[in-house]
Amino acid sequence: MNQTDKKTKKIIKNFDEFFKLVNIHENKNISFHHHLRNGDYVINRVLDYYFDKNVTNINLFPSSIFPKYTKILSLIKNKQINDITTNYCNGPVAEYISNYGLPGNLIMQTHGGRARAILEGKSKIDIAYVAVPYANLQGNAIGYRGKNKCGSLGYIIPDTLKAKIVVLVTDTLVDEIIENPEIKSENVDYIIQVDAIGDNLGIVSGTTSITTNPIGVKIAKNTSSLLNELGLIKNGFSFQSGAGGISLRVTKDVKDIMINKNIKASFFSGGITKYHVEMLEEGLVDRLYDVQCFDLEAVESLNRNKKHFAISASQYANPNNKNQIIKDLDVVILGATEIDYDFNVNVTTDSHQTIIGGSGGHSDTATESKVCVIVSPLIKGRIPIIKNRVTTITTLGKNIDCFVTERGIAINPNRTDLLEKLKNTKLPIIEIEDLAKIAYKYTGIPRDIKDEEKVIGIIEDRTFEVIDKLYQKKKTT
Amino acid sequence: MKSSAGTYESSDCLITTTKNDTLEIIIESIVFEQFGDQIKKVILNTLEEHNILTIKVECFDKGALDYTIKSRLETALKRGGYIE
Repeated sequence: MNQTDKKTKKIIKNFDEFFKLVNIHENKNISFHHHLRNGDYVINRVLDYYFDKNVTNINLFPSSIFPKYTKILSLIKNKQINDITTNYCNGPVAEYISNYGLPGNLIMQTHGGRARAILEGKSKIDIAYVAVPYANLQGNAIGYRGKNKCGSLGYIIPDTLKAKIVVLVTDTLVDEIIENPEIKSENVDYIIQVDAIGDNLGIVSGTTSITTNPIGVKIAKNTSSLLNELGLIKNGFSFQSGAGGISLRVTKDVKDIMINKNIKASFFSGGITKYHVEMLEEGLVDRLYDVQCFDLEAVESLNRNKKHFAISASQYANPNNKNQIIKDLDVVILGATEIDYDFNVNVTTDSHQTIIGGSGGHSDTATESKVCVIVSPLIKGRIPIIKNRVTTITTLGKNIDCFVTERGIAINPNRTDLLEKLKNTKLPIIEIEDLAKIAYKYTGIPRDIKDEEKVIGIIEDRTFEVIDKLYQKKKTT
Repeated sequence: MKSSAGTYESSDCLITTTKNDTLEIIIESIVFEQFGDQIKKVILNTLEEHNILTIKVECFDKGALDYTIKSRLETALKRGGYIE
């Protein structure tokens, strides 16, 4: 389809009409975004049609899979899905795949890697079904207005540039100009009008509050002190922290140091919360680069603040995008389910080999940032977080610099520059093997239970290198 | 006679002891594969310390450490009048 054709948008009343125009059996590589998180109505609605029409050999490319995306499970059980390529997977679908695998492969990518794979043609998408909270008749769209607003639509932008057919699904279609649309008219083929694209209550993430757990507080304090001693909190520095309770506590502690020393940051990137917005509005940071809004305050800030930018996944973290934002990132704070003696980090599976998440931007930001800090309690429910070898490598140890716990801080021995800066510190710097011994003293040594019989998927880094494999869980009988 | 101590919260365990003619230990744990044997050992050792040879112990564990398991068990035993 050429540009001129694309100027006349076909506005379609419902999905029935759409599938009269487009042959569902010829369009089996399909993609979705997860910006509506657990409030998404569009994924299940579209997949209902693939289920009812018994379409087989479907390849799914959702940017993430959330617990409510249950129609995926119906399709898997009905043997209609071949491969799933995604960045994060949690809930019933993840549990089912961990136990039984797929007919094809589960390919776990990173946010930057997914963008790159789509833009470079490695992931070929027939139809991108794009839930949009606010669109005009020309097919320009944004995510931060409308009755089911979700904020940045960053993860789906590459899909809208490359998919054979781009379909907007919206519940708010307006006859007005949208300035600086995230999704551009020229890339859109169809607009489907629906009553509701989602449920407001499920759209905002439930995890965005600062921890008050004493262990979390200690870890955050250790982390901000570490950043301070490394001289990283200085005028013009850039910073990213996720929405986890400890990460947010670090952000708060860093903020206190900034106010104390009269320091202003250049930008914060990644998933944005109300705490980041507060700092923007208090003049503590110049810009926010937002690939995903974690709460409603962030969504509303996008509409209000000129220096709060919605960016695409490619602008955020595509390693082949010369202007990727995270290239200039000084510090990133990340979590871990497991870490090993080589500093490899797992956030994809738990210690029982159940898939519980995925990289998202973990490997992307760890790779590009100048200093990557992993924060975690040393022990979680009797499982020591440090292992000989992580169950699954999400991010390679060569990209991880510091590991901060409540009982000590381990620095990757490759970072001799950091160790040199810390040689006179009072901070509890300790080798990772010794930190593990402290944990084992409390927990005992856990029996290794990993099963490596049947491969069910791969971990594909943003370099496209396969850095680990996912194995089917041992059958518990 | 049934008596319990503890909670089914993360890093804790709920232990119930019941009068019994034999020694019976039932363990359900989120870390059973990694630490099941160790949990059993702590329970057995604690019972032995108090010279209790016949009893039913049920342990619902969410990742408690050894000393937590031991103290939950001892409190359950105290509440049941097995020990002072």
